[in-house]
Amino acid sequence: MARRRFAEVSRESVKLMAESAGAELGDDVAALLAEDVCYRLREATQSSSQFMRHAKRRKLTVEDFNRALRWSNVEAVCGYGAQDALPFRPAKEGELFFIEDRDINLVELALATNIPKGCAETMVRVNVSYLDGKGNLEPQGTVPSAVQSLSDDLLKYYQQITRAILGEDPHLMKVALLDLQSNSKIAALLPYFVYVISGVKSVSHDLEQLNRLLHMVKSLVQNPYLYLGSYVRSLVSSVMYCILEPLAASINPLNDHWTLRDYAALLLTGLYHQILLSLQKVLSDPVRPLCSHYGAVVGSTLWGGRCAVERVLFPHLPAYWANLQAVLDDYSVSNAQVKADGHKVYGAILVAVERLLKMKALSQPADGGSSGQPGSAVGVVGYRVSSPGLSPPPEPLSEAALGIASHLQAGGAGCPWEEWTPVPLPAMYCELYSFFGDSLAVRFSTGPGFGSYPPCPPSQLGDARKEPCGPASNPDTARKMPQLTANLNISPRQDGSPRTDPPPPSLASTGPGRSLARSSSSSSSSSSVQRSKSSLSRSGQRPAGPSRDVFPKARFTSPQTGLPVFSFLIGGRQRGRRCKLPVIGRVGKPVRRWACSHYSLHLPL
Amino acid sequence: MAAVQGGLVDAVEEKDIKTEPSSDGIGNNNANDGGPLSASPSSSASAGSNKSSAGAPEDQQTLLAVLQFLKKNKLTESVDILRREAGLPEDSLDLKGGDSSGLLSCHHHLVLNAHLTETFSPTAAGEDQPDVNVVLSAYSQQGDPKLYPVYYSGLKRFIESVLDCHRAELSQVFYPLFVHMYLELVYNNYESEAKAFFEKYTGDQECYYEDDLRILSSLSKREHMRGNETLLDFRTSKFVLRISRDSYQLLKRHLQERQNNQIWNIIQEHLYIDIFDGMPRSKSQIDAMSGSLAGEGKREANKAKVYYGLLKEPEIELPLDDEDEEAENEEGKPKKKKPKKDSMGSKSKKQDPHAPSQTRIPLPELKDSDKLDKIMYMKEATKRIRLGPDNLPSICFYSFLNAYQGLTAVDFTDDSSLIAGGFADSTVRVWSVTPKKLRKVKSAADLNLIDKESDDVLERIMDEKTASESKILYGHSGPVYGISFSPDRNYLLSSSEDGTVRLWSLQTFTCLVGYKGHNYPVWDTHFSPHGYYFISGGHDRVARLWATDHYQPLRMFSGHLADITCTRFHPNSNYVATGSSDRTIRLWDVLNGNCVRIFTGHKGPIHALAFSPNGKFLASGATDGRVLLWDIGNGMMFGELKGHTDSIYSLRFSRDGEILASGSMDNTVRLWDALKAFDDLETDDFTAATGHVHLQDNSQELLLGTYVSKSTPVIHLHFTRRNLLLAAGSYNP
Repeated sequence: MARRRFAEVSRESVKLMAESAGAELGDDVAALLAEDVCYRLREATQSSSQFMRHAKRRKLTVEDFNRALRWSNVEAVCGYGAQDALPFRPAKEGELFFIEDRDINLVELALATNIPKGCAETMVRVNVSYLDGKGNLEPQGTVPSAVQSLSDDLLKYYQQITRAILGEDPHLMKVALLDLQSNSKIAALLPYFVYVISGVKSVSHDLEQLNRLLHMVKSLVQNPYLYLGSYVRSLVSSVMYCILEPLAASINPLNDHWTLRDYAALLLTGLYHQILLSLQKVLSDPVRPLCSHYGAVVGSTLWGGRCAVERVLFPHLPAYWANLQAVLDDYSVSNAQVKADGHKVYGAILVAVERLLKMKALSQPADGGSSGQPGSAVGVVGYRVSSPGLSPPPEPLSEAALGIASHLQAGGAGCPWEEWTPVPLPAMYCELYSFFGDSLAVRFSTGPGFGSYPPCPPSQLGDARKEPCGPASNPDTARKMPQLTANLNISPRQDGSPRTDPPPPSLASTGPGRSLARSSSSSSSSSSVQRSKSSLSRSGQRPAGPSRDVFPKARFTSPQTGLPVFSFLIGGRQRGRRCKLPVIGRVGKPVRRWACSHYSLHLPL
Repeated sequence: MAAVQGGLVDAVEEKDIKTEPSSDGIGNNNANDGGPLSASPSSSASAGSNKSSAGAPEDQQTLLAVLQFLKKNKLTESVDILRREAGLPEDSLDLKGGDSSGLLSCHHHLVLNAHLTETFSPTAAGEDQPDVNVVLSAYSQQGDPKLYPVYYSGLKRFIESVLDCHRAELSQVFYPLFVHMYLELVYNNYESEAKAFFEKYTGDQECYYEDDLRILSSLSKREHMRGNETLLDFRTSKFVLRISRDSYQLLKRHLQERQNNQIWNIIQEHLYIDIFDGMPRSKSQIDAMSGSLAGEGKREANKAKVYYGLLKEPEIELPLDDEDEEAENEEGKPKKKKPKKDSMGSKSKKQDPHAPSQTRIPLPELKDSDKLDKIMYMKEATKRIRLGPDNLPSICFYSFLNAYQGLTAVDFTDDSSLIAGGFADSTVRVWSVTPKKLRKVKSAADLNLIDKESDDVLERIMDEKTASESKILYGHSGPVYGISFSPDRNYLLSSSEDGTVRLWSLQTFTCLVGYKGHNYPVWDTHFSPHGYYFISGGHDRVARLWATDHYQPLRMFSGHLADITCTRFHPNSNYVATGSSDRTIRLWDVLNGNCVRIFTGHKGPIHALAFSPNGKFLASGATDGRVLLWDIGNGMMFGELKGHTDSIYSLRFSRDGEILASGSMDNTVRLWDALKAFDDLETDDFTAATGHVHLQDNSQELLLGTYVSKSTPVIHLHFTRRNLLLAAGSYNP
């Protein structure tokens, strides 16, 4: 243990001190004194550290040392208590070092007029760290750590952009969004932006923030230099969240979350096929709240245009209608809010089908007698021509979209898109009329082909119509809005069905009237079918059913005798129009910028 | 405090130890007469067996020595009392060694204890006590200093050559031997030899003795030894080693064969070897328990029964108008009892077998306001969050800004409505952390004007003009190191460097009492959970138990060999725990003043203690950055929580005891799975049987989270009644 570990006072120092005090010391005395002084110093230091520890400090102060001295009956050393370090200076001549100790004019100090302001008052401030269940700190707007690995410029850009977009200044936000839309060098940042956007889930209470994040999506999607690749999926899920989830913001009816849903739905036009599946699932899930359904409807309307409506909404309408109707029929006070929501959905559906009809009507001539170009009237086409359907969408999205499409097919559970066949306009109109009655703004000549029970596609549709006629004549048919859509009955023909359907009764019922049902299930996986079935059976035992169901009063009077089979009223495939794949090409019409139709449900045709 | 006191008290108090030749000053006169070496072979079985025979006269002599001392200091009253109670005849002072059979009862013992410490404390301050010289003179026996390194290295060689299983145990001898040999060299003025000896062998010592060695190394002259506390500790207390019988025999045989008297003398005189039967302990087992200034705690010291159970909660009728939920249904009256039963939970159960009787120590009666508070507590408790590894508490950090490194102590009231800070500038500041402001009671003149019959008289007595967010309490003349709220929130205690403990009223915000008794800095103070009593401890190594209405302490707990750094009351108020810079924790019985537990294992001064809410366990944190968990029932260590990188200043169990939170100078709060640590304990009964700890290193499994503050050391932690964690510290930019 080297002695050097300790501060030492040399005997020369002791001699010097003695000299300055006017005493002469011999060498041996000085040596002894020096050693003792060293020891006493160490001892005092040891005990002073105790004062430091109890004051919960890491820094030993002069004060601590003086306390230690005082408790060991030694006079305290005054004059070194200053907070700032004392400069230790060499003298010019000779090896002499000293601590600078300036004289202070006390008179001047006492009479000084510039009295320093009192130091700030000691106070207590609170900071709360909210932990989630797992002990992680809740994120509080911090930069994700991975971002740190970026170059400084990019990092700065990222920070500026996110700050601008999520910040208060609307002008700054616009600038940021514009740049995001056109900057060609931000490919490396894409994952981080996607990450930021995925934050929608944590701000579902804040409409403003949600809006901003959606704008960000829009800018990213519009940026021609960005290849979204696999990030599309993440973006889609974020946007879908805004569309479909019962956001916290929607609890307050004052919040205009409807607009948000509209906007988000609009965004989807840029994002793609993947959505179809989700929309369908939501729509066919009666447990979801109405606002989710609304999202699904406008989503398919605005995003998918005719095709989506035709393939997602239309086939599901019969099943959905019953539920919706139940809500609308309930005039109880407690139901008022739900009912209002229901009307919203109703309106959305109405708009959707009207558009569908119109487009179908318009495209009719072009179709000629064949399948032709059913998608030619796709209304909402943005900067990128979106072409629902199987045909590979044109560049630049092509690859991503393809990937998604293939993904869809894989998840399609044996219901490939190929099986979808369009329903002819007259049949569709008849059908829709049976739901909406005169609420439908679009009118076609109600010639012999367009009656309330139009035998328009005579052969098959007629067959299909015949069967449910009986149940259709229940009291409700007298209403202004004819609603009856489905019922349960025991299909006598199940055994005779030409196809061997899976034993459990499914929405896609047997018999010749299956074609539409077929198309309805074209994209919905078997799970969604199962779900609607289970919900049906649940509503069958309504009294015991959970009251939390959004459709508590869905009226399905189910004769539970025998194996129930669900069948639709809706007509079937038109033999004459049996066609190949719907081929959708570029639209002949001028491309409309989507910006001009922001927030609008009523897109001009 | 000087050696004499510590030594004497030790001897009197722990009379069951029955030391062999007593090492303290007075007993020393005849201690060496017989010659330890010659005495021990006769009792070849163990060192312990011949102690019992020596016991009674030893006690007698100690008593006589005490009497002599008292007489010398003209404390005739005390002499009389002591003589009467010890049953000594009037002239026993003259008849040295006269046989009388008085064994002190606990109570007498305490009185003696108190008398002793009080009489000694003023005199002990002086340095040139003759008694100190007597103590030191134990070293005067001559031996050839040149041979010390030879002896030591001989022993070292021997220990290195023994079987592995014995080596770890015997290595424990190194440190005390080393220290005593060094001191002997220094005492006998062999300065250069001492220096050489130190430098040669200091590297062999365990790293956790580093602090002591540093002090030791600075000491090189006989003059230095006088008044050096660390050194006196070594002299006055025997270093306790636990060694298995086999290992001990091995050592003894070796020393006797070699005629190594020097070492044997030291072992006989200055070491207490606690011999146990069975397997020798492993190195890790030894390391877990050692580290304290005076070796491990003796096993006998932890044998006493401790009533660690909780007291029965008093039955409290919920007042009729106090139901907010049931207020709606008027028929709810029969329901009234039910929620109470639920919230009180265990109250209907029969008495806990481990709990002390309700009246073991007198506790204050509950006032009406206390009952109201209990009701509030129960209500809050029903809303308490159940914590666990999957459900950690959120942390609310109270930062003291502009404290200029001056914040020295913090406390919260139990209901988390007030926070108080003690500062280096001698002030105590109280803040309200709720919107309710702090108000003083009106002056006496104004109080006369108040309608005393009105219902809201308690509200009327408050002076609205004085309402403010914080109040400053002036009175101390040194940094305030300890602070504690009374459970009823009416009082605040503060202990300071000026040697006083002050009691402040939180109604008038004035000082009510200054308790003087500690003549040195008082490092910590803590109110009893039942109010009325409080404990304080400081630099004078004595913990004092006070009652708020007595200006003299009720009990004095002495035995620590260095400063008492922290004090805590057991939840049942029957015990107090004290942590010390001698690196031990002691548990004291409030009733009779006995030390009932000694916990060793920390490697640094202990600055934080926390009892688990069920009273069964104790957690301690030290400057070594480790938290140790102790089972009070059997006195065993059962957990070691490693993770902090700096001193731990605060520990707290959650209200249900599932989580242990620790706060440290390293600016972190760490949360530990206390439940898991307790569970591990219950499955392992082997340790309890043998008395040896097997600590598995599972700190990482038990650590549930680490939360870093922004350069703010965490000096206090508190769980609200609903289990939100509050932390406090001062921001040090």
